[in-house]
Amino acid sequence: MSTDRKAGKPILLQGNAAVTLGALDAGVQFFGGYPITPSTEIAEILAKELPKRGDKFIQMEDEIGSIAAVLGASIAGLKSMTATSGPGFSLMQENLGFGMQTEIPCVIVNVQRGGPSTGLPTSPAQGDIMQARWGTHGDHPVIALYPDSILECYELTIRAFNLSEKYRTPVILLMDEVLAHMRESVVLPPKDKLKIIHRIKPNVPPEWYKHYKRNPKYISPVASFGEGYRFHITGLTHDESGFPTQVPEEVNDMMDRLLRKITDNLDDIIQIEPFYMDDAEIAIFAAGVVARSAKEAIIQARKKGIKVGLIRPLTIWPFPDHDVENMLESTRAVIIAEMNQGQLINEVKRVTKYGQHSRFYRIQKYNGLVITPDEILRKIAEVA
Amino acid sequence: MKNIPQKVIHRYLRHDKKFPHVWCAGCGNGIILGDLLRAIYNLGLEKDDIAMVSGIGCSSRMPVYVDFNTLHTTHGRAIAFATGIKMAKPELKVIVITGDGDVSAIGGNHFIHAARRNINLTIIIVNNNIYGMTGGQCSPTTPIGKFATTAPYGSIEPNFDLCELAKCAGASFVARTTAFHTTEARQIFEKALQKKGCSVVEVISQCPVSYGKMNNISSAVKMLELQRDNTLPIAAYEKLPEEKRAGKIVRGILHDVEKPEFIDQYQKLVDSLSLQKQEKFDESKKENKSSKSEESKSQE
Ligand SMILES: Cc1ncc(C[n+]2csc(CCOP(=O)(O)OP(=O)(O)O)c2C)c(N)n1
Repeated sequence: MSTDRKAGKPILLQGNAAVTLGALDAGVQFFGGYPITPSTEIAEILAKELPKRGDKFIQMEDEIGSIAAVLGASIAGLKSMTATSGPGFSLMQENLGFGMQTEIPCVIVNVQRGGPSTGLPTSPAQGDIMQARWGTHGDHPVIALYPDSILECYELTIRAFNLSEKYRTPVILLMDEVLAHMRESVVLPPKDKLKIIHRIKPNVPPEWYKHYKRNPKYISPVASFGEGYRFHITGLTHDESGFPTQVPEEVNDMMDRLLRKITDNLDDIIQIEPFYMDDAEIAIFAAGVVARSAKEAIIQARKKGIKVGLIRPLTIWPFPDHDVENMLESTRAVIIAEMNQGQLINEVKRVTKYGQHSRFYRIQKYNGLVITPDEILRKIAEVA
Repeated sequence: MKNIPQKVIHRYLRHDKKFPHVWCAGCGNGIILGDLLRAIYNLGLEKDDIAMVSGIGCSSRMPVYVDFNTLHTTHGRAIAFATGIKMAKPELKVIVITGDGDVSAIGGNHFIHAARRNINLTIIIVNNNIYGMTGGQCSPTTPIGKFATTAPYGSIEPNFDLCELAKCAGASFVARTTAFHTTEARQIFEKALQKKGCSVVEVISQCPVSYGKMNNISSAVKMLELQRDNTLPIAAYEKLPEEKRAGKIVRGILHDVEKPEFIDQYQKLVDSLSLQKQEKFDESKKENKSSKSEESKSQE
């Protein structure tokens, strides 16, 4: 598998390989994982690349151990990641919550396959969108990104690392199986043009350091184990020093901090791509490969004079409420196309004002096949 | 001023932060933590260089009380977190504190694999033969016939021998001691902390409020006495005639061998790869030179 990083020249790249290039360019220093189709190439490439750079790779005994090791390595200061698919993602949920609760930066790639259970190991599905949002227990915000091209697999992996370092939280990269295994010609940007974010380090003496120091931005500098700042990390609800607490005010503080560090920064975190939306009367809402099919369908429909456009979330969580509201406001019909039994549509409905429900049309496909441009085109014709 | 007592443990406790502790009167956890702190003191280890990682359980509450880099993880996962920390910062002395349920039920997989890798961690298991934190359910080390809230008619399952398990899985240092034998415990901790490899120390401890109460052992003192009377050092055990061995638990260093350690092996791999890279680079430089000289020749 080619992972040569020739900037500025077109290279033929597979989606999973693009993720590894993004990770390496973002500065990944630790990968812990457990093999699972359709994500395995990510582990295989990094098993080869990381030791060459003196960085760390380990195949753990299962996915629970994988994410635990990833969190441990991040606590000790390394940019860390894992990659998996549905069954493994299910196993990771408890410790994913631990990472959120204790504010540990890391990246989790979930290359989705058909589910539930072992499901369709080699076929695409978009069935984990809600799991990414609510898979771990308890209240929590979450950041999840969703690419639709090989270049974006690369770019959003870097962005996932950047957001995780900036907001001190695990970030999920949700991918479609077809994207992971598809090859496309891409031109990577030169390395010196990349914006790479590293977690902010404390600049106070250890006695002053508080691991979750209260502040109006809800994000505070973070020391690593072994740097002379001795602190405590626990999955129990904790105070600003990291010690367990049940004092209602302190519980509130921690919960608010986790929420507000994300919700106060939606503009920075949320990315969408509008496609032919300026004059659109019909909108399609779709993510990942479905959005690719939608784009093709839109180009065909436009030739017939149908004013149809697309809103594509690159950030699937937090959900782009505001952009979806605008879409609902400016169009007369919305087609929600997704490879599941209806996960995105419920989110769109959530931000819909009373009385607008008749405007929805759905394409839901969950038989292991991709939604084709033709299928979307037919729906457009029906709606138009 | 001179007469103010300063105990070794006072150097390490987060005295102003997290006391009183959560442990019941008569619990072995405090005794064992004290032994461990004295071992750390005797070895002259720096607080900054120690990472203490635990799972979930009463015993796993130890880290919060001590002034190291401390991490209280999820149930059963301490060893997996510790694996990431150790790989990231090999210079840290990584100590795992875990309970019998934490390490051998929910965390059994990570336990055997850490042993198999022989990764340089010091794993201290507080074995009270029961789930203390959740109020006395049976664990994989609850002996057959003993009572627990979830074994109200007596356990019908055989129990693990944690030391045997660790040894068979590949740990290079395995020892057993008890909360009663504090000097021995400290000495074993010192050895375990110095060992390069996966070192596992099982410390038999007492949970008077759950295990004791349900199994008609009247007090913590009685439980400590049983630790004294039912155990014996390995040398003494080996001298016992076969028929007298039944019911006796062996203490001491049960297994101590030299074998490749995981972090070392990883570093060796990294070194060999960078050596290969260097050689390739040198070769290509040579080739470049020779092809250049050929070029210049042909130009001539
Ligand atoms: C995933 C998960 N399952 C169950 C529990 C509940 N739980 C907390 S501690 C514990 C058992 C602890 O027993 P042990 O490891 O023997 O430690 P001890 O409390 O006896 O020191 C259990 C089952 C949990 N916290 N997380």
